[in-house]
Amino acid sequence: MTAAPSRVVEIRGLTKSFRTGVTALQEIDLEIEAREFVSLIGPSGCGKSTLLRIIGDLIPATSGTVLVNGKTAHQARLDHDYGIVFQDSVLYDWRTVARNVSLPLEMLRWNRAKRQARVKEMLELVELTGFESNRPWQLSGGMQQRVSIARALSFDPALLLMDEPFGALDEMTRERLNMELLQIWAKAGSTVVFVTHSIPEAVFLSTRVVVMSARPGRIAEVIEVDLPQPRTATTREEPRFFELVTSVREALAAGRGDAARPAAAEELY
Amino acid sequence: MAQVAAASPSEERRHRGVAWRVAATRVATIVLVLAALWGLWEAYKWLWETTGWTWPFVVDDTTMPHLHDIVGAFGDPATAGGPALIHPLLDAAWFTAKEALAGFLLGAAIGFALAVVLAHSRLLERGLLPYIVASQTVPILAIAPMVVVGLGSKGVEGWKSVAILAAYLTFFPVAINTLRGLKSVDPRALELMHSYAASRWHVLWRLRVPASLPYIFVALRISATASVIGAIIGETPASIQEGLGGAIVNFNQYYSLQPTFLWATNVICAALGISFFALVAITERLVLRRAPENIA
Repeated sequence: MTAAPSRVVEIRGLTKSFRTGVTALQEIDLEIEAREFVSLIGPSGCGKSTLLRIIGDLIPATSGTVLVNGKTAHQARLDHDYGIVFQDSVLYDWRTVARNVSLPLEMLRWNRAKRQARVKEMLELVELTGFESNRPWQLSGGMQQRVSIARALSFDPALLLMDEPFGALDEMTRERLNMELLQIWAKAGSTVVFVTHSIPEAVFLSTRVVVMSARPGRIAEVIEVDLPQPRTATTREEPRFFELVTSVREALAAGRGDAARPAAAEELY
Repeated sequence: MAQVAAASPSEERRHRGVAWRVAATRVATIVLVLAALWGLWEAYKWLWETTGWTWPFVVDDTTMPHLHDIVGAFGDPATAGGPALIHPLLDAAWFTAKEALAGFLLGAAIGFALAVVLAHSRLLERGLLPYIVASQTVPILAIAPMVVVGLGSKGVEGWKSVAILAAYLTFFPVAINTLRGLKSVDPRALELMHSYAASRWHVLWRLRVPASLPYIFVALRISATASVIGAIIGETPASIQEGLGGAIVNFNQYYSLQPTFLWATNVICAALGISFFALVAITERLVLRRAPENIA
């Protein structure tokens, strides 16, 4: 199977069951083109984080195929195609901010001069110039998460996987980081898969919102976000923004309705 | 947002003032505690001697010499016409320190290597760990003659055998704590390394080892004093006279005549143990710069 060159992610018939017998994901089909910003949203237990982890080859799929840049997810991981940002920044507290950002570059055996140049560039991108030699624990939560983003983007991965990166932050910090993330995304030209609980966040950030339903996790609806780029602070005040928020909310509600029908019983046979 | 920009000069001066006060408080505490201990010792001695109480033991100048006599003993000639006691004691301490240091380094290296191996193999961990634990239930006094005689017959110098005995006490806490540290790494940090397709070697040296340093240093602090004990005890069956163990055996024989000499030797032993501990603590200060909540 070969993917079109611009297709970054191609998922076919993906199913994930855990040993406990729980089916976390069932028959997922999803394609993500280069430079897209795709959010996965759904109720707890819909498998959105599981889907992200399977794309990133952190856990294996039970069946189905996941291709990233036309390669298996495993090969893509070996080729350093993923930058990952978790809910917690997971910075190493024995390293300075600069050395945290350069960590993946060390794995890639970049030489020191190249690493230093890139770290400088990345800290400029996330607006943390001047904090190179601070320790992570001396920074606020929002700043730590920006370091984490700089680290994830430092080696130009084909795909940025973000698992509720701003979930632990307060609303104001979150909105500011949303803006910054969009600027970074525009500048870095990366493809993003973003897991979130927040409907406005998903609509504001994404080019497409993938709404998932729970038990078993399926794609309930995919909503194209046709808000103009670049998005600004006033984007959140546009009528179209509210319309899209409403459609995502309705899709989520519909997903719950589906789950209430005896779909679970079907699985038993 | 918590900004940690460079402190202004006036703030820096205030910081230095605070540092001074902290240091002064620390010294004052040490002096106070020593004075209190001195007072307790002398008060106990005085009370038991004046009342004639004999429980739990008879108190007199042999069982509990005056502390000033013990300190004074450092200046007394160790042998008739010989140099003051402090000189042979310091020589002995230096000799024992070398054994203990060699044992400490050897034991720490073995403990660390063992932990790395066990952390990477569940099978080895299950198979070997019980014996490693069992090794510590065998008293060192039982092992000492075997090591000293066994290695001695192969032409190994006595002090090297003693170092091995010190290592025997040292490796265990290092192995156990390091193993614990290596295995308690944040799973998301491991996933991150996984996503970089990091090799086992990179995961070990860039993540597991640095993450375990607080655990390792706790073990090293325990091992630092244990290595001194191991060296002192190991000297006895090795019949090594040059060290503190030899001095203890020697002054033990003259205890009823000159109890202060043995007490003075004990003071030196304690001082040696404390300096080993302090050395590790200072190294830890220099090496570990962690979030305050992550320092053990």
